[in-house]
Amino acid sequence: MADISEQNPGLLKRLSHAFTRMADEQPVSIADYEDATGVSVQIEQLNKSFNGNHVLKDIDLEIKPGETFSIIGPSGTGKSVLLKHIVNLIKPDSGRVFIDGADIGKRSITDSNRFSYSMVFQTSALFNSLTVGENVGLWLREKEVFPERRIRRIIREKLRLVGLGGKENLQTSELSGGMKKRVAIARSLAMNPDLILYDEPTAELDPVTTDELARVIDSLKDMVNLTTIIVSHDLNFALYLSDRVAMMDKGKIIEVGTPEEIKQSQNPIIRNFIYTTTKGLKGD
Amino acid sequence: MLRAIGKKLLNSAQASGEILALLVETLYYCKDAPRNLPTIFRQIYDIGVGTLPIASLMSLFIGMVLALQTGSQLAKFGTQEAIGAVVGLSMAKELGPVMTSLLVAGRIGSSMAAEVGAMQVYEEIDALRTLEINPVRYLVMPRLLACLVSVPLLTIFAVMIGIVGGSVVSDVNPVINVPMTVYFDNLKNSLEASEILNGLVKSFFFGGIIAQVGCYVGFKTSGGARGIGYSTTRSVVMAFLMIMIADYFLTRFML
Repeated sequence: MADISEQNPGLLKRLSHAFTRMADEQPVSIADYEDATGVSVQIEQLNKSFNGNHVLKDIDLEIKPGETFSIIGPSGTGKSVLLKHIVNLIKPDSGRVFIDGADIGKRSITDSNRFSYSMVFQTSALFNSLTVGENVGLWLREKEVFPERRIRRIIREKLRLVGLGGKENLQTSELSGGMKKRVAIARSLAMNPDLILYDEPTAELDPVTTDELARVIDSLKDMVNLTTIIVSHDLNFALYLSDRVAMMDKGKIIEVGTPEEIKQSQNPIIRNFIYTTTKGLKGD
Repeated sequence: MLRAIGKKLLNSAQASGEILALLVETLYYCKDAPRNLPTIFRQIYDIGVGTLPIASLMSLFIGMVLALQTGSQLAKFGTQEAIGAVVGLSMAKELGPVMTSLLVAGRIGSSMAAEVGAMQVYEEIDALRTLEINPVRYLVMPRLLACLVSVPLLTIFAVMIGIVGGSVVSDVNPVINVPMTVYFDNLKNSLEASEILNGLVKSFFFGGIIAQVGCYVGFKTSGGARGIGYSTTRSVVMAFLMIMIADYFLTRFML
């Protein structure tokens, strides 16, 4: 069902898509789980249009293993669409995405260089019918990687990492917005991913909760060896956490650099974005 | 106007193709049913036990009305003793499977569309994919299997209760005045196992339609709360239509 929402006419084409998708679920071994490490991401000439609206235009990007990389820009510039291409939720019209040198468009069940990625969604996307612990342990239980006792231990560990130790029996409806985000991070970490992606992690959060979340993500950089990609329009959040930042505007990457380089940029679009009155940089 | 009709036809053909593709994928994942037994049983409970009271009440009154309408007409010709056969055959072959399925489509199909639709809108389906969990295996397959089991079981109950309802009216109503023993003797002599099986085969197919349509419409949901509401209505209308169309062809095939 990966493409059921996309417009692909033709019954035969649909049936062939259905058959192709049947190999989606990949088995996971304990070795895969233990061997998680940061991966590189390379995007080449990526283009995507929706109903004639050209959302991504010739995107080229390279992200190094273990790097924390942010994509910033105004709303509606295609940041989230780009992120969904990296995790293969959207297929590009043209161009390719490579993770650790492997083309994700051709990723198959027989891949020996297996990598895992996970994503923290803007809405947190927790499953309401499950408790906090069940949400965090969903992937582990579905993949049957470990016995139940070890799964419970991993759930406790991951929740502790995000500052929610002992909350595994809570219902997701009992959580605040910030707690939901942290549970979503713990759920992603339970996969022991090589690559973790955050889609607007600070959306709908107050400044204090945003700070807490920034500290959680920052502490994970030291504790877990993974590549992190953050999409945000919260400039301070992105500059605080990132090793490098890319600025997007109207479907294009207009500049890539360290936080300092971005701050010093003379590009008028970047200057206009970062020196806004309420959300941009303070002082200078 | 022709363009509008053509567009509707094309959309219907596209939806049919997509539902067929979804069905193929769902049937493939039925091999994983043993791993999903708790979810399947929970769905069976929701569909079967949850719908049983209202299905019983509905079929009781359908049986009673059927007996009242038909019995009073038969009484004019002095043939009211055939009322048992008329109610039994109508309930087992047609009214039981169709009315039960329409009830399940309204109650369960719409809730499936709303639940899956909300998951689609709030990115939970995308989250499943990033967790390397196929949404068809995780969401659609258990619902399909639960409907395939529950709808025929509900139909059996509905037919029995409808027949009992008819027997009470036939006995009590002074115009019809057919004792229960005569009613059930007549029913026993005329209702064959193959006719009961016909009804169950229909309800099996209708159950499949309800689950597939509900989940398909859910997957196609977009546009927030309004979109979820629209999907709920759409799933009911679509399931009703498909059940009635399938009913004709299944009846034609099994005649």
